[in-house]
Amino acid sequence: MGPLVPDLISNNLNFIVALIIGILFGIILEQAGFSTSKKLVGLFYGYDFTVLRVFFTAGIVAMIGVMGLEHFGFVDINLVYVNPTFLWSAIVGGLIMGLGFVIGGFCPGTSVCAAAIGKIDAMIFIVGAFLGVLVFAEGYPLFEGLYKTSNWGSPRFFETLGMSQNIFAFIMVVFALAAFWFASMVENKVNGVTKPPIRLTPYYIGIASIGIIMALSAFVFPERKASLLDLIEDEKFVQSYKIETVSTDEFALCLLKIMECNKFQIFDFRHEEEFRKMSLPKSTLFTLDNLFEKEPNKLLNLKHKVNVFVANDELTEKKMAIIATELGYKRIQIVKGGLNAFKEEILNFQPIKNPKTIDEENINRFRSKAKVVIPILIQQNKSSGPVKKTQKRVVGGC
Amino acid sequence: MEETKYMNPYLAGVLLGILLIATIYITGRGLGASGAIKSYAVTAVETVAPTHTANTKFYEEYGKEHAGGSPLMSWLVFEVTGVLIGAFLSGLISNRLDLKLEKGPHTTTRIRVAGALIGGLLWGVGSQLGRGCTSGAALSGMAVMSTGGIITMFAIFAGAYMFAYFFRKFWI
Repeated sequence: MGPLVPDLISNNLNFIVALIIGILFGIILEQAGFSTSKKLVGLFYGYDFTVLRVFFTAGIVAMIGVMGLEHFGFVDINLVYVNPTFLWSAIVGGLIMGLGFVIGGFCPGTSVCAAAIGKIDAMIFIVGAFLGVLVFAEGYPLFEGLYKTSNWGSPRFFETLGMSQNIFAFIMVVFALAAFWFASMVENKVNGVTKPPIRLTPYYIGIASIGIIMALSAFVFPERKASLLDLIEDEKFVQSYKIETVSTDEFALCLLKIMECNKFQIFDFRHEEEFRKMSLPKSTLFTLDNLFEKEPNKLLNLKHKVNVFVANDELTEKKMAIIATELGYKRIQIVKGGLNAFKEEILNFQPIKNPKTIDEENINRFRSKAKVVIPILIQQNKSSGPVKKTQKRVVGGC
Repeated sequence: MEETKYMNPYLAGVLLGILLIATIYITGRGLGASGAIKSYAVTAVETVAPTHTANTKFYEEYGKEHAGGSPLMSWLVFEVTGVLIGAFLSGLISNRLDLKLEKGPHTTTRIRVAGALIGGLLWGVGSQLGRGCTSGAALSGMAVMSTGGIITMFAIFAGAYMFAYFFRKFWI
Protein backbone atom coordinates (compact mmCIF):
# COMPACT_ATOMS: atom_id res chain seq x y z
CA MET A 1 0.00 0.00 0.00
CA GLY A 2 1.27 3.45 -0.88
CA PRO A 3 2.74 5.88 -0.27
CA LEU A 4 5.96 3.94 -0.78
CA VAL A 5 7.99 6.45 1.22
CA PRO A 6 9.35 5.79 3.81
CA ASP A 7 8.84 1.99 3.89
CA LEU A 8 9.78 0.74 0.46
CA ILE A 9 11.72 3.82 -0.50
CA SER A 10 13.98 5.29 2.15
CA ASN A 11 14.12 9.00 2.79
CA ASN A 12 17.49 9.27 1.11
CA LEU A 13 16.42 7.40 -1.97
CA ASN A 14 13.43 9.72 -2.01
CA PHE A 15 15.76 12.57 -2.98
CA ILE A 16 16.77 10.66 -6.08
CA VAL A 17 13.09 10.03 -6.77
CA ALA A 18 12.51 13.79 -6.37
CA LEU A 19 15.22 14.50 -8.91
CA ILE A 20 13.72 12.06 -11.43
CA ILE A 21 10.20 13.36 -10.91
CA GLY A 22 11.54 16.89 -11.29
CA ILE A 23 13.22 16.01 -14.59
CA LEU A 24 9.98 14.59 -15.96
CA PHE A 25 8.07 17.59 -14.62
CA GLY A 26 10.52 19.93 -16.35
CA ILE A 27 10.31 18.05 -19.64
CA ILE A 28 6.51 18.09 -19.65
CA LEU A 29 6.29 21.78 -18.73
CA GLU A 30 8.82 22.75 -21.35
CA GLN A 31 7.27 20.62 -24.06
CA ALA A 32 3.85 22.07 -23.28
CA GLY A 33 5.23 25.55 -23.86
CA PHE A 34 5.42 26.77 -20.29
CA SER A 35 8.88 28.19 -20.85
CA THR A 36 7.72 31.42 -22.43
CA SER A 37 5.93 34.17 -20.54
CA LYS A 38 4.05 35.29 -23.64
CA LYS A 39 2.36 31.92 -23.88
CA LEU A 40 1.74 31.75 -20.13
CA VAL A 41 -0.10 35.02 -19.76
CA GLY A 42 -2.03 34.35 -22.96
CA LEU A 43 -4.94 32.98 -20.99
CA PHE A 44 -5.44 36.29 -19.22
CA TYR A 45 -5.67 38.18 -22.49
CA GLY A 46 -7.54 35.54 -24.42
CA TYR A 47 -5.02 34.78 -27.17
CA ASP A 48 -3.58 31.50 -25.90
CA PHE A 49 -5.22 29.17 -23.43
CA THR A 50 -2.53 26.48 -23.40
CA VAL A 51 -1.90 26.91 -19.68
CA LEU A 52 -5.55 26.51 -18.81
CA ARG A 53 -5.82 23.34 -20.91
CA VAL A 54 -2.68 21.71 -19.54
CA PHE A 55 -3.39 22.75 -15.98
CA PHE A 56 -7.00 21.61 -15.76
CA THR A 57 -6.40 18.43 -17.71
CA ALA A 58 -3.58 17.51 -15.33
CA GLY A 59 -5.72 18.47 -12.34
CA ILE A 60 -8.68 16.31 -13.22
CA VAL A 61 -6.57 13.37 -14.39
CA ALA A 62 -4.67 13.42 -11.10
CA MET A 63 -7.84 13.88 -9.08
CA ILE A 64 -9.56 10.89 -10.68
CA GLY A 65 -6.34 8.91 -10.45
CA VAL A 66 -5.94 9.55 -6.75
CA MET A 67 -9.58 8.55 -6.23
CA GLY A 68 -8.84 5.35 -8.07
CA LEU A 69 -5.73 4.62 -5.99
CA GLU A 70 -7.73 5.18 -2.83
CA HIS A 71 -10.66 3.10 -4.05
CA PHE A 72 -8.53 0.08 -4.84
CA GLY A 73 -6.59 0.46 -1.61
CA PHE A 74 -3.28 1.29 -3.30
CA VAL A 75 -2.78 4.36 -1.22
CA ASP A 76 -3.62 5.29 2.36
CA ILE A 77 -5.09 8.74 1.88
CA ASN A 78 -4.50 9.50 5.56
CA LEU A 79 -0.78 9.51 4.88
CA VAL A 80 -0.99 11.74 1.83
CA TYR A 81 -0.28 15.42 2.30
CA VAL A 82 -3.43 17.50 2.00
CA ASN A 83 -2.69 21.21 1.89
CA PRO A 84 -4.01 22.90 5.02
CA THR A 85 -6.73 25.49 4.72
CA PHE A 86 -6.26 28.95 6.15
CA LEU A 87 -9.12 30.69 4.41
CA TRP A 88 -8.05 34.35 4.29
CA SER A 89 -4.40 33.62 3.86
CA ALA A 90 -5.24 31.41 0.88
CA ILE A 91 -7.47 34.03 -0.73
CA VAL A 92 -5.16 37.00 -0.21
CA GLY A 93 -2.10 34.97 -1.12
CA GLY A 94 -3.84 33.75 -4.28
CA LEU A 95 -4.81 37.25 -5.34
CA ILE A 96 -1.26 38.50 -4.81
CA MET A 97 0.04 35.60 -6.88
CA GLY A 98 -2.50 36.44 -9.59
CA LEU A 99 -1.24 40.02 -9.66
CA GLY A 100 2.30 38.71 -9.79
CA PHE A 101 1.32 36.48 -12.73
CA VAL A 102 0.17 39.34 -14.98
CA ILE A 103 3.05 41.58 -13.96
CA GLY A 104 5.83 39.00 -14.03
CA GLY A 105 4.53 36.63 -16.66
CA PHE A 106 5.52 33.47 -14.79
CA CYS A 107 4.71 31.39 -11.79
CA PRO A 108 7.60 29.83 -9.81
CA GLY A 109 7.59 26.42 -11.53
CA THR A 110 7.39 27.82 -15.02
CA SER A 111 10.05 30.44 -14.28
CA VAL A 112 12.52 27.69 -13.36
CA CYS A 113 11.59 25.93 -16.56
CA ALA A 114 12.04 29.05 -18.68
CA ALA A 115 15.29 30.00 -16.95
CA ALA A 116 16.64 26.56 -17.83
CA ILE A 117 16.37 27.26 -21.54
CA GLY A 118 17.94 30.69 -21.21
CA LYS A 119 15.11 33.15 -20.68
CA ILE A 120 16.67 36.13 -18.90
CA ASP A 121 13.33 37.51 -17.76
CA ALA A 122 12.69 34.21 -16.00
CA MET A 123 16.02 34.42 -14.18
CA ILE A 124 15.11 37.92 -13.00
CA PHE A 125 11.73 36.61 -11.91
CA ILE A 126 13.41 33.95 -9.76
CA VAL A 127 15.57 36.62 -8.13
CA GLY A 128 12.35 38.52 -7.44
CA ALA A 129 10.68 35.48 -5.91
CA PHE A 130 13.74 34.93 -3.75
CA LEU A 131 13.53 38.53 -2.52
CA GLY A 132 9.79 38.10 -2.00
CA VAL A 133 10.38 35.27 0.44
CA LEU A 134 12.84 37.50 2.31
CA VAL A 135 10.28 40.30 2.38
CA PHE A 136 7.78 37.87 3.86
CA ALA A 137 10.32 36.57 6.36
CA GLU A 138 11.39 40.02 7.55
CA GLY A 139 7.85 41.34 7.56
CA TYR A 140 6.54 38.19 9.20
CA PRO A 141 5.15 40.00 12.28
CA LEU A 142 3.04 42.02 9.84
CA PHE A 143 1.77 39.00 7.94
CA GLU A 144 1.47 36.60 10.85
CA GLY A 145 -2.07 37.54 11.84
CA LEU A 146 -3.39 36.98 8.34
CA TYR A 147 -1.16 33.95 7.84
CA LYS A 148 -2.57 32.05 10.79
CA THR A 149 -6.17 33.22 10.97
CA SER A 150 -9.20 30.99 10.25
CA ASN A 151 -7.35 27.70 10.39
CA TRP A 152 -9.71 25.01 9.10
CA GLY A 153 -7.26 22.14 9.40
CA SER A 154 -6.76 20.03 6.29
CA PRO A 155 -10.24 19.35 4.98
CA ARG A 156 -10.95 18.15 1.49
CA PHE A 157 -13.28 20.30 -0.55
CA PHE A 158 -16.13 17.83 -0.75
CA GLU A 159 -16.03 17.53 3.05
CA THR A 160 -16.19 21.29 3.41
CA LEU A 161 -19.17 21.40 1.08
CA GLY A 162 -20.72 18.31 2.63
CA MET A 163 -21.19 16.46 -0.64
CA SER A 164 -19.95 13.10 -1.84
CA GLN A 165 -16.49 12.87 -3.32
CA ASN A 166 -17.91 11.58 -6.59
CA ILE A 167 -20.30 14.44 -7.18
CA PHE A 168 -17.57 16.94 -6.40
CA ALA A 169 -15.17 15.26 -8.82
CA PHE A 170 -17.89 15.16 -11.47
CA ILE A 171 -18.53 18.89 -11.03
CA MET A 172 -14.82 19.63 -11.33
CA VAL A 173 -14.52 17.63 -14.56
CA VAL A 174 -17.60 19.27 -16.06
CA PHE A 175 -16.26 22.65 -14.99
CA ALA A 176 -12.95 21.91 -16.70
CA LEU A 177 -14.64 20.75 -19.90
CA ALA A 178 -16.82 23.87 -19.95
CA ALA A 179 -13.70 25.99 -19.42
CA PHE A 180 -11.98 24.27 -22.38
CA TRP A 181 -14.93 24.93 -24.62
CA PHE A 182 -15.29 28.53 -23.52
CA ALA A 183 -11.55 29.09 -23.88
CA SER A 184 -11.59 27.82 -27.46
CA MET A 185 -14.34 30.26 -28.34
CA VAL A 186 -12.59 33.24 -26.77
CA GLU A 187 -9.28 32.25 -28.32
CA ASN A 188 -10.77 32.11 -31.80
CA LYS A 189 -12.48 35.43 -31.37
CA VAL A 190 -9.38 37.20 -30.09
CA ASN A 191 -7.17 35.70 -32.77
CA GLY A 192 -9.74 36.33 -35.50
CA VAL A 193 -10.20 32.69 -36.40
CA THR A 194 -13.58 32.20 -38.02
CA LYS A 195 -13.67 28.43 -37.85
CA PRO A 196 -16.20 27.20 -35.29
CA PRO A 197 -14.33 26.30 -32.10
CA ILE A 198 -15.62 22.77 -32.01
CA ARG A 199 -15.78 20.78 -35.20
CA LEU A 200 -16.68 17.21 -35.93
CA THR A 201 -13.14 16.15 -36.64
CA PRO A 202 -11.70 12.99 -35.12
CA TYR A 203 -9.49 15.17 -32.89
CA TYR A 204 -12.37 16.99 -31.27
CA ILE A 205 -14.55 13.91 -31.08
CA GLY A 206 -11.69 12.12 -29.39
CA ILE A 207 -11.13 14.87 -26.84
CA ALA A 208 -14.84 15.21 -26.14
CA SER A 209 -15.31 11.48 -25.61
CA ILE A 210 -12.29 11.24 -23.33
CA GLY A 211 -13.75 14.15 -21.41
CA ILE A 212 -17.09 12.44 -21.04
CA ILE A 213 -15.43 9.21 -19.93
CA MET A 214 -13.47 11.21 -17.36
CA ALA A 215 -16.64 12.87 -16.09
CA LEU A 216 -18.39 9.52 -15.73
CA SER A 217 -15.40 7.86 -14.19
CA ALA A 218 -15.84 10.25 -11.29
CA PHE A 219 -18.60 7.86 -10.27
CA VAL A 220 -16.64 4.67 -10.77
CA PHE A 221 -14.53 5.19 -7.71
CA PRO A 222 -16.73 5.80 -4.72
CA GLU A 223 -14.87 6.60 -1.57
CA ARG A 224 -13.99 3.17 -0.32
CA LYS A 225 -14.93 3.55 3.27
CA ALA A 226 -18.24 5.21 2.55
CA SER A 227 -19.28 2.52 0.08
CA LEU A 228 -18.29 -0.33 2.38
CA LEU A 229 -20.17 1.25 5.24
CA ASP A 230 -23.22 1.43 3.01
CA LEU A 231 -22.73 -2.21 2.18
CA ILE A 232 -22.87 -3.40 5.79
CA GLU A 233 -25.98 -1.34 6.46
CA ASP A 234 -27.87 -3.81 4.31
CA GLU A 235 -29.06 -6.44 6.78
CA LYS A 236 -29.88 -9.07 4.21
CA PHE A 237 -26.49 -8.73 2.67
CA VAL A 238 -24.81 -9.08 6.05
CA GLN A 239 -26.87 -12.15 6.86
CA SER A 240 -26.16 -13.91 3.61
CA TYR A 241 -22.45 -13.12 3.71
CA LYS A 242 -20.37 -16.11 4.70
CA ILE A 243 -17.72 -15.53 7.34
CA GLU A 244 -16.09 -18.41 9.11
CA THR A 245 -17.24 -18.57 12.73
CA VAL A 246 -15.61 -20.32 15.65
CA SER A 247 -17.69 -21.49 18.57
CA THR A 248 -17.04 -20.10 22.02
CA ASP A 249 -15.47 -23.43 23.00
CA GLU A 250 -13.10 -23.37 20.07
CA PHE A 251 -12.26 -19.79 20.88
CA ALA A 252 -11.60 -20.70 24.52
CA LEU A 253 -9.37 -23.54 23.37
CA CYS A 254 -7.54 -21.16 21.11
CA LEU A 255 -6.99 -18.82 24.05
CA LEU A 256 -5.68 -21.66 26.19
CA LYS A 257 -3.21 -22.61 23.51
CA ILE A 258 -2.33 -19.13 22.42
CA MET A 259 0.83 -19.03 24.47
CA GLU A 260 2.17 -22.08 22.71
CA CYS A 261 1.10 -21.55 19.17
CA ASN A 262 1.18 -18.21 17.53
CA LYS A 263 -1.36 -19.07 14.90
CA PHE A 264 -4.11 -16.85 16.21
CA GLN A 265 -4.22 -13.09 16.26
CA ILE A 266 -7.11 -11.46 18.03
CA PHE A 267 -8.44 -8.12 16.87
CA ASP A 268 -10.65 -6.48 19.42
CA PHE A 269 -13.20 -4.02 18.05
CA ARG A 270 -14.68 -2.91 21.35
CA HIS A 271 -14.31 0.53 22.85
CA GLU A 272 -10.96 1.34 24.27
CA GLU A 273 -12.28 1.56 27.85
CA GLU A 274 -13.73 -1.92 27.71
CA PHE A 275 -10.53 -3.15 26.21
CA ARG A 276 -8.52 -1.60 29.01
CA LYS A 277 -10.69 -3.30 31.62
CA MET A 278 -10.49 -6.74 30.09
CA SER A 279 -8.32 -7.64 27.20
CA LEU A 280 -7.74 -11.10 25.87
CA PRO A 281 -4.21 -12.49 25.67
CA LYS A 282 -2.32 -11.34 22.61
CA SER A 283 -5.15 -9.24 21.37
CA THR A 284 -4.89 -5.92 19.63
CA LEU A 285 -7.33 -3.09 19.94
CA PHE A 286 -8.58 -2.23 16.50
CA THR A 287 -11.00 0.27 15.06
CA LEU A 288 -12.95 0.50 11.87
CA ASP A 289 -10.58 3.22 10.68
CA ASN A 290 -7.57 1.01 11.32
CA LEU A 291 -8.83 -1.37 8.65
CA PHE A 292 -8.25 1.31 6.03
CA GLU A 293 -4.85 2.43 7.20
CA LYS A 294 -1.46 1.36 6.03
CA GLU A 295 0.39 0.76 9.26
CA PRO A 296 -2.19 -1.33 11.20
CA ASN A 297 -2.83 -3.40 8.11
CA LYS A 298 0.56 -5.00 8.28
CA LEU A 299 -0.74 -7.12 11.14
CA LEU A 300 -3.68 -8.37 9.15
CA ASN A 301 -1.42 -9.39 6.33
CA LEU A 302 0.89 -11.63 8.34
CA LYS A 303 1.17 -15.00 6.72
CA HIS A 304 0.03 -18.22 8.38
CA LYS A 305 -1.99 -16.32 10.95
CA VAL A 306 -5.67 -16.67 11.57
CA ASN A 307 -7.24 -13.32 12.32
CA VAL A 308 -10.04 -13.60 14.85
CA PHE A 309 -12.26 -10.54 15.07
CA VAL A 310 -14.02 -10.02 18.37
CA ALA A 311 -16.59 -7.52 19.61
CA ASN A 312 -19.37 -7.65 22.15
CA ASP A 313 -21.94 -8.91 19.68
CA GLU A 314 -21.63 -11.12 16.66
CA LEU A 315 -23.18 -8.59 14.31
CA THR A 316 -20.43 -6.03 14.86
CA GLU A 317 -17.83 -8.76 14.45
CA LYS A 318 -19.42 -9.82 11.23
CA LYS A 319 -19.63 -6.32 9.82
CA MET A 320 -15.96 -5.69 10.52
CA ALA A 321 -15.08 -9.07 9.06
CA ILE A 322 -17.06 -8.31 5.91
CA ILE A 323 -15.23 -5.01 5.46
CA ALA A 324 -11.88 -6.72 6.00
CA THR A 325 -12.78 -9.47 3.55
CA GLU A 326 -13.96 -6.94 0.97
CA LEU A 327 -10.66 -5.13 1.43
CA GLY A 328 -8.97 -8.35 0.45
CA TYR A 329 -7.78 -9.73 3.77
CA LYS A 330 -7.83 -13.46 4.21
CA ARG A 331 -8.22 -15.99 7.02
CA ILE A 332 -10.68 -13.96 9.03
CA GLN A 333 -12.86 -15.61 11.62
CA ILE A 334 -15.36 -14.36 14.14
CA VAL A 335 -16.56 -15.72 17.46
CA LYS A 336 -20.07 -17.08 17.46
CA GLY A 337 -22.27 -14.89 19.62
CA GLY A 338 -19.48 -12.43 20.22
CA LEU A 339 -17.76 -11.76 23.50
CA ASN A 340 -21.11 -11.56 25.26
CA ALA A 341 -21.68 -15.21 24.51
CA PHE A 342 -18.11 -16.00 25.41
CA LYS A 343 -18.50 -14.40 28.84
CA GLU A 344 -21.83 -16.07 29.40
CA GLU A 345 -20.83 -19.55 28.28
CA ILE A 346 -17.22 -19.73 29.37
CA LEU A 347 -16.23 -17.11 31.89
CA ASN A 348 -19.47 -17.33 33.85
CA PHE A 349 -20.04 -20.98 33.11
CA GLN A 350 -22.48 -22.80 35.34
CA PRO A 351 -21.90 -26.54 35.04
CA ILE A 352 -24.74 -28.55 33.57
CA LYS A 353 -26.31 -30.42 36.41
CA ASN A 354 -26.53 -34.18 36.04
CA PRO A 355 -24.86 -34.40 32.63
CA LYS A 356 -26.57 -37.08 30.65
CA THR A 357 -24.37 -37.50 27.64
CA ILE A 358 -20.65 -37.71 27.14
CA ASP A 359 -20.81 -34.44 25.26
CA GLU A 360 -22.29 -32.64 28.21
CA GLU A 361 -19.67 -34.14 30.47
CA ASN A 362 -16.95 -32.98 28.17
CA ILE A 363 -18.43 -29.51 28.07
CA ASN A 364 -18.50 -29.43 31.83
CA ARG A 365 -14.95 -30.54 32.13
CA PHE A 366 -13.55 -28.24 29.48
CA ARG A 367 -15.48 -25.11 30.40
CA SER A 368 -14.80 -25.50 34.10
CA LYS A 369 -11.11 -25.61 33.34
CA ALA A 370 -11.31 -22.72 30.91
CA LYS A 371 -13.27 -20.69 33.42
CA VAL A 372 -10.36 -20.90 35.82
CA VAL A 373 -7.45 -20.58 33.44
CA ILE A 374 -8.60 -17.87 31.04
CA PRO A 375 -9.17 -15.16 33.70
CA ILE A 376 -5.60 -15.80 34.83
CA LEU A 377 -4.38 -15.34 31.30
CA ILE A 378 -6.39 -12.15 31.06
CA GLN A 379 -4.82 -10.94 34.28
CA GLN A 380 -1.34 -11.73 33.10
CA ASN A 381 -1.95 -10.23 29.75
CA LYS A 382 -0.10 -7.12 29.00
CA SER A 383 -2.21 -6.03 26.12
CA SER A 384 -0.62 -4.65 23.05
CA GLY A 385 -2.92 -1.67 23.26
CA PRO A 386 -4.27 0.34 20.40
CA VAL A 387 -2.36 0.17 17.20
CA LYS A 388 0.06 3.03 17.36
CA LYS A 389 0.21 5.30 14.40
CA THR A 390 3.89 5.27 13.81
CA GLN A 391 3.67 7.09 10.55
CA LYS A 392 2.84 10.69 10.05
CA ARG A 393 1.74 12.54 7.03
CA VAL A 394 4.49 13.71 4.79
CA VAL A 395 5.21 17.40 5.06
CA GLY A 396 4.55 18.66 1.58
CA GLY A 397 3.53 21.85 -0.10
CA CYS A 398 5.75 24.76 -0.70
CA MET B 1 17.05 24.07 -37.72
CA GLU B 2 13.68 25.34 -36.69
CA GLU B 3 12.07 25.07 -33.28
CA THR B 4 9.80 22.10 -33.00
CA LYS B 5 6.17 22.65 -32.19
CA TYR B 6 4.85 22.41 -28.67
CA MET B 7 3.08 19.33 -27.45
CA ASN B 8 -0.68 19.10 -27.66
CA PRO B 9 -1.91 20.75 -24.44
CA TYR B 10 -4.36 17.99 -23.55
CA LEU B 11 -1.72 15.33 -24.04
CA ALA B 12 0.72 17.33 -21.93
CA GLY B 13 -2.01 17.68 -19.30
CA VAL B 14 -2.65 13.94 -19.20
CA LEU B 15 1.08 13.23 -18.88
CA LEU B 16 1.43 15.80 -16.13
CA GLY B 17 -1.59 14.32 -14.36
CA ILE B 18 -0.10 10.82 -14.53
CA LEU B 19 3.21 12.14 -13.20
CA LEU B 20 1.36 13.74 -10.32
CA ILE B 21 -0.49 10.50 -9.53
CA ALA B 22 2.82 8.63 -9.53
CA THR B 23 4.36 11.28 -7.28
CA ILE B 24 1.54 10.98 -4.76
CA TYR B 25 1.65 7.18 -4.87
CA ILE B 26 5.39 7.03 -4.34
CA THR B 27 6.02 9.91 -1.98
CA GLY B 28 2.65 10.81 -0.45
CA ARG B 29 3.02 14.39 -1.51
CA GLY B 30 2.47 16.43 -4.65
CA LEU B 31 4.66 18.53 -6.87
CA GLY B 32 5.91 21.98 -5.93
CA ALA B 33 8.22 24.81 -6.79
CA SER B 34 8.10 27.84 -4.50
CA GLY B 35 9.20 25.77 -1.51
CA ALA B 36 12.60 25.29 -3.12
CA ILE B 37 13.05 29.03 -3.54
CA LYS B 38 12.12 29.38 0.12
CA SER B 39 14.76 26.81 1.08
CA TYR B 40 17.40 28.75 -0.80
CA ALA B 41 16.28 32.03 0.74
CA VAL B 42 16.42 30.61 4.26
CA THR B 43 19.84 29.08 3.61
CA ALA B 44 21.17 32.33 2.23
CA VAL B 45 20.07 34.30 5.27
CA GLU B 46 21.38 31.61 7.61
CA THR B 47 24.77 31.81 5.93
CA VAL B 48 25.00 35.57 5.77
CA ALA B 49 23.44 36.44 9.11
CA PRO B 50 23.22 33.44 11.43
CA THR B 51 22.38 35.51 14.51
CA HIS B 52 19.57 37.16 12.64
CA THR B 53 17.88 33.87 11.76
CA ALA B 54 18.19 32.73 15.34
CA ASN B 55 16.29 35.80 16.52
CA THR B 56 13.61 36.09 13.89
CA LYS B 57 10.31 34.34 14.34
CA PHE B 58 9.84 33.30 10.73
CA TYR B 59 13.12 31.37 10.60
CA GLU B 60 12.51 29.96 14.02
CA GLU B 61 9.18 28.51 12.91
CA TYR B 62 10.71 27.31 9.68
CA GLY B 63 13.41 25.53 11.66
CA LYS B 64 10.81 23.83 13.82
CA GLU B 65 8.82 22.61 10.84
CA HIS B 66 11.85 21.37 8.97
CA ALA B 67 13.81 19.92 11.83
CA GLY B 68 17.18 18.37 11.13
CA GLY B 69 19.61 19.04 8.39
CA SER B 70 20.12 21.92 6.06
CA PRO B 71 17.05 23.47 4.41
CA LEU B 72 18.65 22.49 1.13
CA MET B 73 18.27 18.79 1.93
CA SER B 74 14.61 19.02 1.08
CA TRP B 75 12.49 17.12 -1.36
CA LEU B 76 11.50 20.22 -3.31
CA VAL B 77 15.07 21.42 -3.77
CA PHE B 78 15.88 18.12 -5.46
CA GLU B 79 12.69 18.19 -7.46
CA VAL B 80 13.29 21.73 -8.71
CA THR B 81 16.87 20.84 -9.60
CA GLY B 82 15.29 18.10 -11.69
CA VAL B 83 12.98 20.62 -13.34
CA LEU B 84 16.01 22.66 -14.38
CA ILE B 85 17.67 19.60 -15.89
CA GLY B 86 14.49 18.33 -17.52
CA ALA B 87 13.53 21.66 -19.04
CA PHE B 88 17.07 22.15 -20.31
CA LEU B 89 17.08 18.71 -21.96
CA SER B 90 13.69 19.39 -23.48
CA GLY B 91 14.82 22.76 -24.79
CA LEU B 92 17.92 21.11 -26.21
CA ILE B 93 15.95 18.45 -28.04
CA SER B 94 13.39 20.91 -29.38
CA ASN B 95 15.93 23.53 -30.31
CA ARG B 96 14.69 26.20 -27.97
CA LEU B 97 17.89 26.95 -26.07
CA ASP B 98 18.54 30.65 -26.48
CA LEU B 99 19.73 33.30 -24.08
CA LYS B 100 17.21 36.08 -24.51
CA LEU B 101 14.90 38.43 -22.72
CA GLU B 102 11.35 37.93 -23.82
CA LYS B 103 8.85 40.78 -23.69
CA GLY B 104 5.57 41.93 -25.15
CA PRO B 105 5.64 43.76 -28.49
CA HIS B 106 4.88 47.20 -27.06
CA THR B 107 7.03 47.32 -24.00
CA THR B 108 10.62 48.24 -23.20
CA THR B 109 13.33 46.03 -21.81
CA ARG B 110 13.48 48.17 -18.69
CA ILE B 111 9.78 47.66 -17.98
CA ARG B 112 10.07 43.95 -18.63
CA VAL B 113 12.97 43.64 -16.18
CA ALA B 114 11.11 45.61 -13.53
CA GLY B 115 7.94 43.61 -14.20
CA ALA B 116 9.73 40.28 -13.86
CA LEU B 117 11.39 41.38 -10.65
CA ILE B 118 8.22 42.78 -9.05
CA GLY B 119 6.12 39.89 -10.33
CA GLY B 120 8.57 37.45 -8.78
CA LEU B 121 8.54 39.39 -5.55
CA LEU B 122 4.77 39.23 -5.40
CA TRP B 123 4.93 35.47 -5.97
CA GLY B 124 7.47 35.19 -3.18
CA VAL B 125 5.11 36.84 -0.73
CA GLY B 126 1.90 35.36 -2.16
CA SER B 127 3.17 31.78 -2.19
CA GLN B 128 4.00 32.06 1.52
CA LEU B 129 0.51 33.28 2.34
CA GLY B 130 -1.09 30.72 0.02
CA ARG B 131 1.18 27.99 1.39
CA GLY B 132 2.21 27.01 -2.10
CA CYS B 133 2.14 28.21 -5.66
CA THR B 134 0.49 26.98 -8.83
CA SER B 135 2.20 23.60 -8.48
CA GLY B 136 2.23 23.04 -4.73
CA ALA B 137 -1.09 24.55 -3.77
CA ALA B 138 -3.24 24.75 -6.88
CA LEU B 139 -2.33 21.66 -8.92
CA SER B 140 -1.38 19.28 -6.12
CA GLY B 141 -4.22 20.68 -4.02
CA MET B 142 -6.68 19.86 -6.78
CA ALA B 143 -5.35 16.32 -7.07
CA VAL B 144 -6.14 15.59 -3.43
CA MET B 145 -9.17 17.91 -3.45
CA SER B 146 -7.73 20.04 -0.67
CA THR B 147 -10.05 22.89 0.28
CA GLY B 148 -7.19 25.32 0.80
CA GLY B 149 -5.46 24.32 -2.43
CA ILE B 150 -8.56 24.75 -4.56
CA ILE B 151 -9.39 28.11 -2.94
CA THR B 152 -5.85 29.28 -3.64
CA MET B 153 -6.17 28.09 -7.23
CA PHE B 154 -9.35 30.07 -7.84
CA ALA B 155 -7.86 33.09 -6.07
CA ILE B 156 -4.80 33.01 -8.35
CA PHE B 157 -6.95 32.91 -11.48
CA ALA B 158 -9.34 35.53 -10.07
CA GLY B 159 -6.45 37.83 -9.16
CA ALA B 160 -4.84 37.47 -12.55
CA TYR B 161 -8.07 38.23 -14.43
CA MET B 162 -8.88 41.11 -12.07
CA PHE B 163 -5.55 42.83 -12.66
CA ALA B 164 -4.93 41.71 -16.26
CA TYR B 165 -6.55 44.78 -17.77
CA PHE B 166 -4.20 47.19 -16.00
CA PHE B 167 -1.09 45.49 -17.28
CA ARG B 168 -2.24 44.73 -20.84
CA LYS B 169 0.43 47.03 -22.27
CA PHE B 170 3.02 44.62 -20.92
CA TRP B 171 1.84 41.87 -23.19
CA ILE B 172 -0.39 42.96 -26.08
